[in-house]
Amino acid sequence: MDLIWEGLRKALELLLTLDPEVLRITLLSLEVSGLATLISLVIGLGVAIPVALNEFPGKRLVIALLNTGMGLPPVVVGLFVTVLLWRNGPFGFLEILYTPSAMILAQAAIASPIIAGISLSALQHLPAGLRLQILALGASRPQMVWLLLKEARLPLLAAVMAGFGGVISEVGASIMVGGNIKGQTRVLTTATVMETSKGNFEVAFALSILLLVLAFTVNAVLTHVQQRNRPR
Amino acid sequence: MSRATVLEARNLRVHRGRVQVLDVPALELRAGEVLALMGPNGAGKSTLMLTLAGLLPLSEGSLHFKGETLRSRADRDAFRRRLTMVFQDPLLFDATVAQNIATGLKLRGVPAAVREPAVQAWAQRLGIGDLLDRAARQLSGGEAQRTALARAFVLGPEILFLDEPFASLDAPAREGLLDDLGHILAETGSTAVISTHDQGEAARLAHRLAVMKEGTLLQIGGLREVMNHPQDPFVAAFVGMETLLKGQVTASGEGLLTLRLGKGLGGHEVLAIGEARPGQTVLVGVRPENVALSLQTDKTSSARNAFPGTVSKVLPRGPFFKVELDCGFFLAAYVTAQSLAELGLAPGGSIVASFKATAAHLIRREGLDGEV
Repeated sequence: MDLIWEGLRKALELLLTLDPEVLRITLLSLEVSGLATLISLVIGLGVAIPVALNEFPGKRLVIALLNTGMGLPPVVVGLFVTVLLWRNGPFGFLEILYTPSAMILAQAAIASPIIAGISLSALQHLPAGLRLQILALGASRPQMVWLLLKEARLPLLAAVMAGFGGVISEVGASIMVGGNIKGQTRVLTTATVMETSKGNFEVAFALSILLLVLAFTVNAVLTHVQQRNRPR
Repeated sequence: MSRATVLEARNLRVHRGRVQVLDVPALELRAGEVLALMGPNGAGKSTLMLTLAGLLPLSEGSLHFKGETLRSRADRDAFRRRLTMVFQDPLLFDATVAQNIATGLKLRGVPAAVREPAVQAWAQRLGIGDLLDRAARQLSGGEAQRTALARAFVLGPEILFLDEPFASLDAPAREGLLDDLGHILAETGSTAVISTHDQGEAARLAHRLAVMKEGTLLQIGGLREVMNHPQDPFVAAFVGMETLLKGQVTASGEGLLTLRLGKGLGGHEVLAIGEARPGQTVLVGVRPENVALSLQTDKTSSARNAFPGTVSKVLPRGPFFKVELDCGFFLAAYVTAQSLAELGLAPGGSIVASFKATAAHLIRREGLDGEV
């Protein structure tokens, strides 16, 4: 129990004193995972909308692949991104391995199928006639898509939360493509792993609590966006 | 009717996969008329409506709106803004009633100052004026469909398509909405197409009636004409002409026929209107609302056809009852609850059924192959 109390006390201390190293780690976590989620939202909707609105041969296969992608193991993504960005790899010339850019790339690869998969099922779950009804009200095609997204806003924001939750908490890919370099690519999860392995449980606790607070704050904001303007 | 043609369809064909689901050589919609589409499920009512509304691509054929042929996708998109459609499912958005009604106007960029009074006015007109701030998902079925109708009417559509708008409502909600819709359609002089299973709805709202089967129009014409002169037994059954009698013409002239029913139908003689040659086998139909019931044969009546029979079934039909009779042949009659009580009608009871010769309409003459 002492370990837990000590951890909490230390965490509070690090938070209250605004320890610059902890602050930097926290902000980098937010930045990397936030940007990765945004990119994934664009990619996810970019895939989900045409798949949901069109009938084409192989649609079921695409949906099955997306659903599989929702469970993509971060270490597998980490391995692929590392190989692709390796100095002699096909994208080695970018020279972004062991930078936050590589982490964003890897996290976007993890979150995109999550957001695409949940968004797709959200759009498919809308009443079958709704699209025709919207067109019959005089909507242009972009207006129709916008109204459909608006109608599916609850599950769509759930998709964003699931995507963000998936990447803010993953450690495998981040450590592989980022390298946990102090001051450069160290984020809350990779730092927690490191501090735990060094036996610095108090610091690890502090970082974990920060991670939870961060995840809660972001989701609270998204939940607010999700539930506002909804008539009761 | 000499009114201008609003929408004209020529050689409409729609395929789903390899199956042809719609084949309508010609259809015209005139300004201010309400056209009802009737037919069983899968007859193509919705497909025809969606096609006319430019919401389904044509496999073949053309649409002409106010004399202009709709050629490009841009034409059809512009056309879509001049009509609207209400479906069986109200398909409201997860928003308030007011926001729902305003949707189409918003899509057209109508400013709030213009939008809001219009939304208010139409909500009032449809009896949902006090529900404007209510969440759409909390509405009853009737209120939801009223919201959907307000959302449509507020656009001032040049054509209104109504795809079985009452099919999901319970009887009281349907009655009230039918009345209101009838008034609004008449007052606004709307051009509308409504599909329905219910001949009563068609009779109350429509000027013209079309009966569909398997993607084709079997018959289209004025409401009375189709109701009273269905051209074949399928249409007859669909428009509620429940009694169909097959017999051989024994005498004819001046539009009047005498036919003798087959032995299986009691061999009765029936007077009907229509043209046929003696010796021909014909089918005549009688609508249940044109059959009168009495306890004795009334010698003073102008009804030329009177048959004693027994009551086989009494079925409630909303405000009245349907009485099924066995007069040697099947005969259906509509009576009020009062008549039912006064005549003491019950299964097994004896009764005399009568109908005028003008209520018995010739539906089909013997074809070349001898089939009726």
